[in-house]
Amino acid sequence: MSRFETSSLLQLTAMRFRLFFRESEAIFWTFLFPILLAVGLGIAFRNRPADVLQVGATTTQLTQALAADKGLAAYTMDEAAGTHALATGQIFLLAIQGPSGIDYKYDDTNPDARTARMVVDHAIQTAAGRQDAVRADNQLVHEKGARYIDFLVPGLLGMNLIGSAMWSLGFAIVDARQKKLLKRMVASPMPRWQYLASFLFSRLGLLVIEVGVFLGFARLAFGVPFRGSLWQLGFLCVLASLTFSALGLLTSTRAKTTEAVNGLMNLVMLPMWILSGIFFSATRFPASIQPLVRALPLTAAIDALRGNMLQGMNLGQLAMPIAVMLTWLVVTFAVSLRIFRWR
Amino acid sequence: MIGLKTATAQPAHADGDAPALLLRGLRKTFGDLAAVDGLDLEVARGECFGLLGPNGAGKTTTIEICEGLTPPDSGTVELLGLDWQTGATELRQRIGVQLQETQLPDKLTVMEALRLFRSFYHRGIPVDESIRTAQLEDKRNARIVTLSGGQKQRLAMACALVGDPGLLFLDEPTTGLDPQARRHVWDLVDALKHAGRTIILTTHYMEEADRLCDRVAIMDHGRIIALGTTPQLIALVGAEHIVEFAVKERETREVRVAPLLAIPGVQSHRVDAGLHQLSVTELHTSVPLIFAELDSQGLNLSEFRTHSATLEDVFVNLTGRKLRDE
Repeated sequence: MSRFETSSLLQLTAMRFRLFFRESEAIFWTFLFPILLAVGLGIAFRNRPADVLQVGATTTQLTQALAADKGLAAYTMDEAAGTHALATGQIFLLAIQGPSGIDYKYDDTNPDARTARMVVDHAIQTAAGRQDAVRADNQLVHEKGARYIDFLVPGLLGMNLIGSAMWSLGFAIVDARQKKLLKRMVASPMPRWQYLASFLFSRLGLLVIEVGVFLGFARLAFGVPFRGSLWQLGFLCVLASLTFSALGLLTSTRAKTTEAVNGLMNLVMLPMWILSGIFFSATRFPASIQPLVRALPLTAAIDALRGNMLQGMNLGQLAMPIAVMLTWLVVTFAVSLRIFRWR
Repeated sequence: MIGLKTATAQPAHADGDAPALLLRGLRKTFGDLAAVDGLDLEVARGECFGLLGPNGAGKTTTIEICEGLTPPDSGTVELLGLDWQTGATELRQRIGVQLQETQLPDKLTVMEALRLFRSFYHRGIPVDESIRTAQLEDKRNARIVTLSGGQKQRLAMACALVGDPGLLFLDEPTTGLDPQARRHVWDLVDALKHAGRTIILTTHYMEEADRLCDRVAIMDHGRIIALGTTPQLIALVGAEHIVEFAVKERETREVRVAPLLAIPGVQSHRVDAGLHQLSVTELHTSVPLIFAELDSQGLNLSEFRTHSATLEDVFVNLTGRKLRDE
């Protein structure tokens, strides 16, 4: 028999990979879902070209003058129709030709309307022959790394790491306990540590694919920057995944049914999804709960990932979040092993 | 314990001096319930031994204590001369276990599951041989989810066999199987027996204990209430045949029992919900006399049947209850 066939650790790890890749739902949630989420949010929050402002004017002459500006879409309408269009939000401003000049009708509490007032006035004065006193040109900046998608990708990566690690341990172990498979395993000579180690090995193996696919996609599709060292990023992913695996193990230590562990995992993960700054910065929460927010392992993971990817920080600069993750890892793993129930 | 305690004396198997299993004063309590209540038992090597009893009699608790899965409150367990305190690692290598209700992962194949279990043992039989023994050759590469109940059970037994165990535990190996699948599992156990394996199984089917086991212990309320070979246990009933009858007048008139017991060959009488049971040594002489006696009491039969005494009758005789409350 080959080494592969006789090594129980390899057989157990192979079983984990087999069961994962034969579960189409697991593949969807682990690999495809984060990509779909990134695409969806990337589209929703993409940096669009400066908005074109809709405005109305009471004469064709005025409309032509306004249409000359690319930032405006101008429509001719009489005053009554224009007032209605203003009230229903179809236009931001109505330019009314009067006997002695032009009246602008707009809501000065609406920033878009105030912008329209300036652009419209500039277009009309220019058409009437006004010259600029000082010549001015534009230099446009759309810098990568400062966009919402750049902020979002490390957050989604953190969310994916916690989800896949907790599910792959918590759910699988409780499922095996519920089906009395765990009991059957400990009735065999299988070394117990190997059973748990096989989960960690398969997790690390899948991590390479999971992180590689997601970050590769983010790089190719959105040009998300990697300003820090890649191996340090890899180290942070492994550390985060192990920390969350330990959390998953903790939720699985006692639960007897998959329903119970499902609820437990949601109880652990939901607050972190909200508090840990996946979609917006965790610093927006009030100062009074910041110590709690900072102590959460997912906050630490996402802070560290953002620090590496967006700010190019090294491990030394990320000592604080790394220490938070290490503490969670050691404490939850030790507690889990102590209270783990094999049957 | 009633009778036949001395029947444990079996010729020691040639290759081992210590018995396969030795239990002394075993007790296990869950809350107020004494699941195992002072159990002594010795099983010789090469024996196929059955623990027979109704659900809740303590069979599974007993076998799981033997398997080292449940620690007893008190008493000693010795398997193949080893105990769980000092010899657990070696014992795990030397016993094979099939638990009740284990569900192997649906998406593994038969071959993969057996390779996994084989990898836990230092020595054992080739995976292919275990597949042949369990007659799962056609299903070698089939996922477990596609197997029938009987095939799953045979796979569970194959998983227990890959380590070439000196002692095999089967906990309710045929519970929940249809009659054909049950016979298939019996054939497999027969084959293992004839290959000289020591087997300890639990069951609440008396046909199963009768068919497979060299010796049977009948358990009730955490105790062994009778122990011996099937013929020895049936002899406890005092007769080989059981006559059952009911009378049309069951609502209005009592059957006078004393004259029935006076008939030669009638050993005992009991009545359960209007159905009378007599244990009888010789049917051909006793039955005409039973008819005559009932006739003379002016009673008319509504039911009458006879059968050979079984382990079920032994259990009913000892406890006044049936093995399965169906």
